[in-house]
Amino acid sequence: MNRKMVLSLTGRIILLEAALLAVPLLISLIYGDHGTVPFLITIAIALASGGALTLLVKPKNQTIYAKEGFLVTALAWLILSAIGALPFVLSKEIPSYIDAFFETVSGFTTTGASILTDVEAMCHSMLFWRSFTHWMGGMGVLVLMVAIVPSLSGQTIHVLRAEMPGPTMGKLVPKLKDTARILYLLYMALTALEFVMLLLGGMPLFDSAIHALGTAGTGGFGIKGDSIGSYSPYLQWVIAVFMMLFGVNFNMYYLLVIRQFKPVFKSEEFWTYVIVVVLSSAVITVNILPLYANMAEAARHAFFQVNTIVSTTGFSTVDFDQWPQVSRTLLVLLMFMGGCAGSTAGGLKVSRLVLLYKTIRRELRHLLHPRSVGVVRFEGKRVDNSVLVSVSTYFALYMALFAVFFIIVSFQPGYDFTSNFTAVASCFNNIGPGLNLVGPTQSFAGYTPLIKVFLSFAMLFGRLEIYPLLISLSPSTWLKK
Amino acid sequence: MNIIVIGCGKIGETLIRSFVKEGHDVVALDNRDTVIQDLTNKYDVMCLCGNGADCLTLQEAGVEKAEMVVAVTGSDEVNMLACFLARRLGAAHTIARIRNPEYNDRSLGFLKEQLGLSMAINPELLAAQDLFHSLKLPAGVKVEYFSRRNFEMIEVKLKEDSVLCGTSLMELRSKHDAKFLVCVVQRGNEVIIPDGSFRLQAGDKIGLTAKPTEMQKLFKSMKLTNKLAKDVMILGGSKTAFYLAKMLIGSGTNVKLIDVDRHVCRNFCDALPALSAVHGDGTQQDLLLEEGLTDQDAFVALTGMDEENILMSFFASSQNVPKVVAKVNREEMASLSERLGLERIISPKEIIANVLLRYARALQSSMGSSIETLYQVMDGKAEALEFAVNGSSSLTGIPLKDLQLKKNILIAGIIRDRKTIIPTGTDQILSGDKVVVISASHRLAALADILK
Repeated sequence: MNRKMVLSLTGRIILLEAALLAVPLLISLIYGDHGTVPFLITIAIALASGGALTLLVKPKNQTIYAKEGFLVTALAWLILSAIGALPFVLSKEIPSYIDAFFETVSGFTTTGASILTDVEAMCHSMLFWRSFTHWMGGMGVLVLMVAIVPSLSGQTIHVLRAEMPGPTMGKLVPKLKDTARILYLLYMALTALEFVMLLLGGMPLFDSAIHALGTAGTGGFGIKGDSIGSYSPYLQWVIAVFMMLFGVNFNMYYLLVIRQFKPVFKSEEFWTYVIVVVLSSAVITVNILPLYANMAEAARHAFFQVNTIVSTTGFSTVDFDQWPQVSRTLLVLLMFMGGCAGSTAGGLKVSRLVLLYKTIRRELRHLLHPRSVGVVRFEGKRVDNSVLVSVSTYFALYMALFAVFFIIVSFQPGYDFTSNFTAVASCFNNIGPGLNLVGPTQSFAGYTPLIKVFLSFAMLFGRLEIYPLLISLSPSTWLKK
Repeated sequence: MNIIVIGCGKIGETLIRSFVKEGHDVVALDNRDTVIQDLTNKYDVMCLCGNGADCLTLQEAGVEKAEMVVAVTGSDEVNMLACFLARRLGAAHTIARIRNPEYNDRSLGFLKEQLGLSMAINPELLAAQDLFHSLKLPAGVKVEYFSRRNFEMIEVKLKEDSVLCGTSLMELRSKHDAKFLVCVVQRGNEVIIPDGSFRLQAGDKIGLTAKPTEMQKLFKSMKLTNKLAKDVMILGGSKTAFYLAKMLIGSGTNVKLIDVDRHVCRNFCDALPALSAVHGDGTQQDLLLEEGLTDQDAFVALTGMDEENILMSFFASSQNVPKVVAKVNREEMASLSERLGLERIISPKEIIANVLLRYARALQSSMGSSIETLYQVMDGKAEALEFAVNGSSSLTGIPLKDLQLKKNILIAGIIRDRKTIIPTGTDQILSGDKVVVISASHRLAALADILK
């Protein structure tokens, strides 16, 4: 294993974080809050550690393979969160380091689960940093590094594959660096578009920025106790639609930009996603109609909540914990689906579910006609058996890991089955709110520090799609030379 | 540049590697998904699985914006069709590998014209030409020509008993009366541009430049004997063997071919009546000895198996055959057998990569840089480039010793009015010159890039 290269790449990531921390520093200078010194200290720490790693470790052999890619990704995300938590602690906004770590992991993994009981008491720069981590984590910090650091070799594909969600990674253009750049440009353009539309709807400047960043990364950190509830219906619609848009595979936007409309209209994943969203919204609208004054209001809340869950964002306009059982159950189930592959959303991903469904159908037919030869087609192409196997394996692993986390969290005294189940589901799928004690109006503050650490890992496992962390946590990876 | 490579076998992959190194945007097309998967992991290219001779696949690969389409699948017909379609769909330049001898006769020109091909490459023919030239040189020496043969660079591996061992480059110049310059040295896996105090060792592979007229003198003073090969034994009736045999027979050499396939032997005899073909297993040492291996001037191993070629070449060397050449396709095998002491190895895919890289650079130079020719030397670890100097620049009129060159760059030769100057510190570059530069680590696009 090329340890030196792993360390060197990690060092560069830390340096990148130092640069990114300059943005909230700027915000704190503008608003004159007490975030300036903590951010300065954190930047100094990041510069020192990252600089030391990049300058002292000089890898002779620059080649990396899949294993190193996984390790770099896992290490980078852990260290990013560990350093990113420092400003919260140093500014005493979140006194406990564990809490701050949870909050930062929740930020980078675009979960949006918070331990804060009173969000509105936070200062501007800290609020901004929280939402900024969403934005970075959504498209991926390593993707950003590939896009802007000039001298990275072509084999960084292993790193990107480990970081980007979805069963397979498709390049848009021949060069990885150009692909990463295009993705970030599209991402920035969409974020800016939402920002402008929120501003036009009368949302204050700072609020618009926070919510645009939070929606783009499908994160869900808000700045108000009731999340989006107190904003106008127009703003709620804007955010709901953008949540849905950020749950779509970004390749679609690229295809639209280069004026290739056919594959978009034919995309199975995209249409499955749209149909699921529309159908669930319709069912929930009917179900919650008695609670609201008119159809329009019920539809708005239903559509918003469905999108917040499906895109794994985690904003809310109402306390959906108060909704009837059917709606709550449907929302919890949608948590596991998540958005499309290649989007910023978490969860299992629509494409995996479609492939699973097709595998099941093929297996059933195979039982009835043992000699039949079944070919699974997806997006107009034949899917290789190895992909199907890996999707099934991923699903099994995903469920197993979910069970492990669920059992660990159930040790928490005083929490009921629903709270624990939805807390794990919500963290593992990078959503944010759950039901009952972790509902939209509640927070994760009640969990013991140890369980918070486990939930943080659940979030990281969910964001990085299990394998990178699992591989780096297995001792054999590190013991072998 | 946007380049599409159709067919990702041995040659395709070598091409992809060198194109990616050059910074081109490469799309790789192959119909085997395992190959495609492997490529995605290894190189920074876009990979597509599909038939290269299919319009939709080509369009998906972005053929209308491609500056260059290279078709190197195993089938000549597929290559031709793919190139034809690519050209019709808007590709600027198309290159097809056409290696069937039947297409490579007089009809090739017509084919190229009708299909709109910019170039037809035939790896076997190129390899044969390379071999043919090298058989005319002393043993263990490889040569590259620049500037219409006005300038030569030879690669020699120093043996234990070579007179050059242990001397520094400064002493060398005074010791030998031939004017030459050691431009580049490969020691182990490292490529060095040496300075005057550099001492040569046995085992070093050195790149020398000299005037063509002084070459023979240089060979003599280095005690490299140069005997023209009169009797050549070829092992394996491959396409390369056919082309080589044809060229050798044309120049009056006796050629003996050994192949296990009776049918192949018969075909060779049919096409080349002057050739003596032997039907038998060429890996049997007895057979080779019986057929007079020890009396041969050269032994060329051209079977399809790298291992066979390497082993039988070692055997031929042990029987004191003066010139022994092995065809080795796999790069790792080539460097391994070179380390074990095999002096002369040809690799058709490296030759192709060189040709196409040069072509791509030439295409690009019409878009800005001024490279005339480009050669990869020292197993692709260094490059020799020829630039034309037009008008005055920051380099002209200054003695070379006053130029602040980057590290690992050397001006190996200046060609002025078709005469070669092996430069010393006092020489100057003038407008209208051609300059040959050796670079071991930088990729140069223009002559001014050599300055710090």
